[in-house]
Amino acid sequence: MYNKMRHYLLLLMLVVSPWVFAETPEEKGRAIALETDNRDKGWQDSFAEMKMVLRNRHGEESVRLIRVTNLEMDGDGDKGLTVFDSPRDIKGTAFLSYSHSLVPDEQWIYLPALKRVKRISSSNKSGPFMGSEFAYEDISSFEIPKYSYLYLHDEMLDGNDCYVLELRPQYKHSGYTKSHVWADKAEYRIQKVDYYDRKNSLLKIQRYLDYQLYLEKYWRAHTVTMDNQQNGKSTTLYWQNFQFRTGLTADDFKKNDLKRQR
Amino acid sequence: MGSFITADTLALELSGYAGAEYRYFQHDSVISSVGQHHPSLILAPELYEEWDGGKQSLLFSPFLRLDREDAERTHADIRELQWLLVQDDWELRVGIGKVFWGVAESQHLVDVINQTDLVENSDTEDKIGQPMINLSVFQDWGTIDLFVMPYFRERTFAGKNGRLQAPLVVDTDAAKYESGAGRHHIDLALRWSQSIGNWDIGLSHFYGTNREPQLLLNATATALTPFYETMHQTGLDAQYTADSWLWKLETIRRETHSDTFIALTGGVEYTLYGVFETDLDVGLITEYLFDDRDDTQQTAFEDDVLMGARLTWNDAQSSELLVGLIQDLSNEDSAWNIEASRRIGDRWKVSLEGRFFSIHDDKSVLYPVRRDNYFQLELSRYF
Repeated sequence: MYNKMRHYLLLLMLVVSPWVFAETPEEKGRAIALETDNRDKGWQDSFAEMKMVLRNRHGEESVRLIRVTNLEMDGDGDKGLTVFDSPRDIKGTAFLSYSHSLVPDEQWIYLPALKRVKRISSSNKSGPFMGSEFAYEDISSFEIPKYSYLYLHDEMLDGNDCYVLELRPQYKHSGYTKSHVWADKAEYRIQKVDYYDRKNSLLKIQRYLDYQLYLEKYWRAHTVTMDNQQNGKSTTLYWQNFQFRTGLTADDFKKNDLKRQR
Repeated sequence: MGSFITADTLALELSGYAGAEYRYFQHDSVISSVGQHHPSLILAPELYEEWDGGKQSLLFSPFLRLDREDAERTHADIRELQWLLVQDDWELRVGIGKVFWGVAESQHLVDVINQTDLVENSDTEDKIGQPMINLSVFQDWGTIDLFVMPYFRERTFAGKNGRLQAPLVVDTDAAKYESGAGRHHIDLALRWSQSIGNWDIGLSHFYGTNREPQLLLNATATALTPFYETMHQTGLDAQYTADSWLWKLETIRRETHSDTFIALTGGVEYTLYGVFETDLDVGLITEYLFDDRDDTQQTAFEDDVLMGARLTWNDAQSSELLVGLIQDLSNEDSAWNIEASRRIGDRWKVSLEGRFFSIHDDKSVLYPVRRDNYFQLELSRYF
């Protein structure tokens, strides 16, 4: 009788367990990240203009004007072409990158004064991008295998009900031990990221603001701020003139294309 | 030009810079009583216009330097005046252009399309605009570049009141050519280049007027006459990028009437990112320079090694410092090079440069510049 009971119980557990036992925090975190990633698929190619404002401790500002073109790659990291318009001494400098999940990205830079295209090392993940508070790893394309995921809890943030996840970089040379990411439940848009340095202290807080919807599917933040909690500096990105599906192909993201960027 | 352009798509764009430079030479000149203070002014505007949805464009970048001391360094050039046509798998450039080939830092062996503007800088990195037709064809197996160059540009040399001179003044007006066509010899070049995984490779061949002249004593032994031979040069450049390591190789085989030789530059650049928990990157560069010819001929780099460091602060002002030492391994000669720069505000840039020669071998081609150590400060305004 007892044995029979136990048999039934086991059977019941087997059938019911997926509902009874909630997924682990790791599984839930990964599922949320996957949904975030899936919702941003299919834009094909994009163009946007960025104004980057750097502020030091004393509130002094310096401005960079940058144009960014991206190509979505199926099953691989995106390709990106970045051209600088300002400051004027680096006008025409262009940066080409083929990002990958776990193998190193391929990157080239074009120096217009010398007409020289240089292949550069992509190990510089944690270094500042153009003297800003954004590291190279903060602006590179998001790919699922780059991180491990952990769901922490739900939290209200500025009226948005959010999931809070912990991400730990799985790629080499990251400047972070972990980051905490707030994604809203309604649209799976990233709202906030806290970055923790190699000593596990809070280093930077990134906020995504002014989200607008494109092609009825793709949300893009038009203001992104990065506040360094340790050195008092901050950087704000102002995005404008987003364009999608302009018909670009991989041929528009070749090393040779760098030389005629203006 | 008007026929290409539809008025509603015109987008004329002006950029460039103007600068003031001051060079201070540590010693009196060995040759004459040329002064130690050499101020000059630079103007380098750039006009750009594109139309046809960006498929066609015209670029014009003249260059002007006014040097208080050296009449030869006071010079103007058209660095670029080029029409570009962009198609899906080919591009055509017609006009005066500038091309860079290569990967190395210490010298640029394979880079032979443009003449060196030697009065600008003794590091040979400043180039004179080259008239050319350049067709680029893009294929899965690489890029093919074909160059037809109908007109030759002579190398510039310091004048009688300039520093960093050859042993005697070079009489550029008396230049001679091996080819009967003189400077109208039609030079040809072909290059294949490709990126394969971590490799970036280029293979090139050039047939035409050697950009490096021989300097021959004139009949009265009062000046040097540049003599330009015709040459065949095959070049290979390759870079292997692995993590923070860049492995570089450039090699050429040059064949002229008077000489056939092989030269090579190979080395490595390793970068330490964010040292001492700061944003500072330190790149360590070492290259070996080999040349079949010896020091008494055209090259100073027959058996030399470069050791250098590139410091990048990654700050808002883009502060940079490059320090390098080229040491001759077969004698005591060496040369130091320092370059530093920093932006001021959004439109100004200050650059510092220093070159220091320690040349004892009186047969070396660098012997005439042994007393030409200098510091240079430049302030530029970009627009």
